[in-house]
Amino acid sequence: MTIDNATVTKIANLARIRVEEGEKAKYAAQIGGIMQWIEQLNAVNTDGVEPLASVMDITLPLRRDVVTDGDKQPEILANAPEATSGFFAVPKIVE
Amino acid sequence: MAELIKGETGAWEMVIGLEVHAQVIANSKLFSGASAVFGADPNSQVSLVDAAMPGMLPVLNEHCVEQAVRTGLGLNAAINKVSVFERKNYFYPDLPQGYQISQYLYPIVGKGFIEIDMPDGTSRTIGITRLHLEQDAGKSMHDQHPTKSYVDLNRSGCALMEIVSEPDLRSGDEVVAYLNKLRMILRYLGTCDGNMEEGSMRCDVNLSLRRPGSPFGTRTEVKNVNSVKAAQQAIEYEAQRQLEILESGGSIKQETRLWDPAKLETRSLRSKEDAHDYRYFPDPDLLPLKLTDELIERIRKTLPELPDQKKHRFMEQYGLTAYDAGVLIAEQNRAEYFETVAKSSDPKLAANWVQNELLGRLNKEGMSLDDSPVKAPALAGLLKLIADNTISGKIAKDVFAEMFTNGGDAAAIVEAKGLRQVTDTGAIEKVINEVIAENPDNVAAFKGGKDKLFGFFVGQVMKKSGGKANPDIVNELLKKKLS
Repeated sequence: MTIDNATVTKIANLARIRVEEGEKAKYAAQIGGIMQWIEQLNAVNTDGVEPLASVMDITLPLRRDVVTDGDKQPEILANAPEATSGFFAVPKIVE
Repeated sequence: MAELIKGETGAWEMVIGLEVHAQVIANSKLFSGASAVFGADPNSQVSLVDAAMPGMLPVLNEHCVEQAVRTGLGLNAAINKVSVFERKNYFYPDLPQGYQISQYLYPIVGKGFIEIDMPDGTSRTIGITRLHLEQDAGKSMHDQHPTKSYVDLNRSGCALMEIVSEPDLRSGDEVVAYLNKLRMILRYLGTCDGNMEEGSMRCDVNLSLRRPGSPFGTRTEVKNVNSVKAAQQAIEYEAQRQLEILESGGSIKQETRLWDPAKLETRSLRSKEDAHDYRYFPDPDLLPLKLTDELIERIRKTLPELPDQKKHRFMEQYGLTAYDAGVLIAEQNRAEYFETVAKSSDPKLAANWVQNELLGRLNKEGMSLDDSPVKAPALAGLLKLIADNTISGKIAKDVFAEMFTNGGDAAAIVEAKGLRQVTDTGAIEKVINEVIAENPDNVAAFKGGKDKLFGFFVGQVMKKSGGKANPDIVNELLKKKLS
């Protein structure tokens, strides 16, 4: 599978990453290489094999339903470029 | 059955499926220990996990898992013993992670069904496709500042259940019945408060039209449907819009549309083409969720009697119609109230009184059943007095009004006010004789064939007796006297 510049543009848009026109061929080649490797993996017959989520024999840890966190508005807003009356203030989003 | 839409070129059938987002009742969020309670100061119930600070890891809330299983069981659905959390990637300021943790290929709950009750007394079964757990987003406000949107992350990370129906619904009325029944089931289970107006239950409507018997047509998805009434209006509008396109030879574009409750119309979201490319993949921070049979069975044992079970039991045990049973089971406390009354009086009389006198009066006063000044045992006491002929149904209404206003016991009020029904035929006969003597013209007219005047005589006798004469005896004696 070869990746063209248009695909790089689409992926970059979806990820909100700016990629300059002159860099696209470079990324196309790199992503193409990754895809080739995945195609090699696809050649392996995995019929009847369960997906492996972890190599360790562990289960998903769960927590009890108690309030243990929150009440830290100043910390939450500390990195915000702009905040007003306890809210994040961002450029207006209009559909 | 399905109501068809009459177009100029023939009949069309609506095909509707719903996606309902229900907020899980829990103390804390799905993956963090911040409070999930509504209405706090902005950004005061946000942990570093909810704000997506680098390095934070989600830890799943076991109660939310149990709530999802409980809901699945209440929807007669298959519980999947292995489910997987995935990342749904998109960008919006109220989604700090840049992805929503949701379930996609392997939801926690699979296929199920619920029974919906139509106003004409018929019932239909509607399939449930799946239920999955996911995070809610924060809240954006766009009307507080000319160039800024304000973001509050208190809802960010709260647990939602997305409940997807099969495309089994065929009319706006069926959608209303479905939403009402789903809400009722969630409330009985205690897994969601079901309040659409406050946003704890929201719905997206998928709708298409087809010729009856043909394959499904192309559908549109209508978002922002936030009340049962809005669902009905949005469906009506969207069906008409599609009808006009199809009848003029056009084709429907598969797209997401937004319901505008102010303008009463749906409009295209005109989003960029790849806005729907969510690039789901399993969340590497979370292992697959595995459930044991023991857990599922433990939850199954704690299920309450569900609305449909209660409805069928009321119909069998108390001989109620499907409609009456449906009204009485709508709320758990209402069903409980009815049963307390029904057990010590005539069930059908109890059904009537609870629905008409009690709920009617509470509704008029804007009160809830829990605040009713007339408790179930007191109402049962009143109905006993009707059953044993101590008072008539009409006098009972006055006694009820007295109990509602000033409290007290029915029997005591009847004694104190001397409302005991007169069953002494001699006394009633005396009143009848008086009425006949006072109305010679009407007596002549009645005997001349004006049958309708009988009601006039009954009314006069009741009036003279202060409403206390037994109506059956009055009828019987009047018939004799006037023949």
